[in-house]
Amino acid sequence: METIQTLTKTFEFSEYLSILEVSYILASMLFILGLKKLSHPDTARSGNLWAAVGMGLAIVFTILFHKTKTDDGSYQGIHNIGWIVGALVIGTVVGWMAAKKVKMTAMPQMVSLFNGMGGACAALISMMEFPKMQNELAGSQAVNMLSGEALAILLGLMIGGVSFAGSMVAFGKLDERLGDVKSPLLRYINLSFLVILFAFVIFIMLKAPVAGENWMIYTLAALALIYGVTFVLPIGGADMPVVISLLNSFTGVAAAMGGFLYNNQAMLTGGILVGSSGTILTILMCKAMNRSLLNVIIGAFGGSSAAGPESGDKTVKEISLSDAAVLLSYSQKVLVVPGYGLAVAQAQHLCHELENLLGSKGVELKYGIHPVAGRMPGHMNVLLAEADVAYEKLQEMEDANNEMNNTDVVIVIGANDVVNPAAEEDPSSPIYGMPVIKAWEAKNTIIMKRSMAKGYAAIENNLFFMPKSRMLFGDAKATLQKLVSEIKSL
Amino acid sequence: MNEILKFLFEYREAIFIIILSIFLGIEVISHVPSVLHTPLMSGANAIHGVVIIGAIIVMGHAVNVLSMVLGFIAVVLGTLNVVGGFVVTDRMLEMFTKKKKNQ
Repeated sequence: METIQTLTKTFEFSEYLSILEVSYILASMLFILGLKKLSHPDTARSGNLWAAVGMGLAIVFTILFHKTKTDDGSYQGIHNIGWIVGALVIGTVVGWMAAKKVKMTAMPQMVSLFNGMGGACAALISMMEFPKMQNELAGSQAVNMLSGEALAILLGLMIGGVSFAGSMVAFGKLDERLGDVKSPLLRYINLSFLVILFAFVIFIMLKAPVAGENWMIYTLAALALIYGVTFVLPIGGADMPVVISLLNSFTGVAAAMGGFLYNNQAMLTGGILVGSSGTILTILMCKAMNRSLLNVIIGAFGGSSAAGPESGDKTVKEISLSDAAVLLSYSQKVLVVPGYGLAVAQAQHLCHELENLLGSKGVELKYGIHPVAGRMPGHMNVLLAEADVAYEKLQEMEDANNEMNNTDVVIVIGANDVVNPAAEEDPSSPIYGMPVIKAWEAKNTIIMKRSMAKGYAAIENNLFFMPKSRMLFGDAKATLQKLVSEIKSL
Repeated sequence: MNEILKFLFEYREAIFIIILSIFLGIEVISHVPSVLHTPLMSGANAIHGVVIIGAIIVMGHAVNVLSMVLGFIAVVLGTLNVVGGFVVTDRMLEMFTKKKKNQ
């Protein structure tokens, strides 16, 4: 191996390491281009593929060409290749099957699960690297562990652990295995936990290293896991997409810590790229709901004192199935506003059936998609696309609102807050300012709901009491089914 | 103060990459339509699976049983993140492109 001296650093040149670095540059470029392409509808799919190729490249070249300097100055390549390949095969088969089999409606929790795996991976790396570094430093009689490497290891463990535990809780909530825990006390517990976590990291770094002393790293891991749980637990189920996006960027930062530790450019760029774009994505999602990130995390929504307008003596009008069927059959333009409830009831296929049926009668049916409809932004588009709804039938909120005056009937299915006029009319409402679909401007509004329960924001919806609005109570799927057969029998 | 300056100097290359990557990440996705938020999040989720490289490195230099076991788990989890992430994203995006071609 040839030694090259530059102004500041001595480094050794070898063909292998050079090839490895080139592969990392290529991988980083593919990540960047892939992410760029992913943000345009036409190129998104190829962008995903590009990023995947970059990842494959980085993995294969690491196995083939990675070398580490050992104590005696010689260079050692990757050992245990059989085990590594075995682990890669297991992960690939399980990951592939899980991703292929999962239902489209369960997509968000799957993303959360995979995110947690990445976080756990980062945390495990730190758990293995810490004792190594500690023993080395103890051997060289160091008085503390103040170094970039130690910081990277500890932060990698902390962030990875929080991301893992948090993602698991988010998974549980989306999969409806876990409920919301709303307690104002938890807010203070969380805040103090965060302080304790950082204080403990500083404590470890200032302490003189003792070879084989492992309690600190286990304590830090445990603290990070507990914080991950208590951090996500009080956040409402409907806010999980924002949380997943945030944890996603956390895992990115944890991966970057590994990159810092190993001086590995692919990990560094990949991790930070996800960290920063994930943060922006999180903020964009919050903006689409007209809320701040802090508001989501602290969860002031719903728990706030804003009572909204009194509703005591207001009554709603119901519409019978046959009336609804007649109304729809003799309309010209119908707009369906799907929401969370439609996704839960898995009624998207029936929606499509209704669309075809009305289409055969010369009624034009379109879908007005609110940016945060469904369980994640864009989730509703995916669900409807899965039910074979044509792309051009999906209208963005602005287009839907522009045509609202000419729309004969709006059918609101399992949506609530996204059609609440309070967002425009009532400055005291917690959702004031949030862009909404103006269902009340249409000639008729039919609202399909299971009950008069409030939406996630826990505020009254005046739309239900408006003169042009009529309610059709019942489970979205069952009601749609009945409506379809009713129209058929006309 | 001196310590901080030393730290900055010692890690200037990494810091340089970090700062540039932050701006790049913001720039690359700042004008994304909300329809693509979910696939984009999922795609980014797969990209941070790059942490698997770290797992391979640790595993590749593992000397005792404990680190072998932990390393093995880390590589499996990392692979799940990478493969699952990319495949799920592809499935979501497949829905969009299929519809577009039908027009």
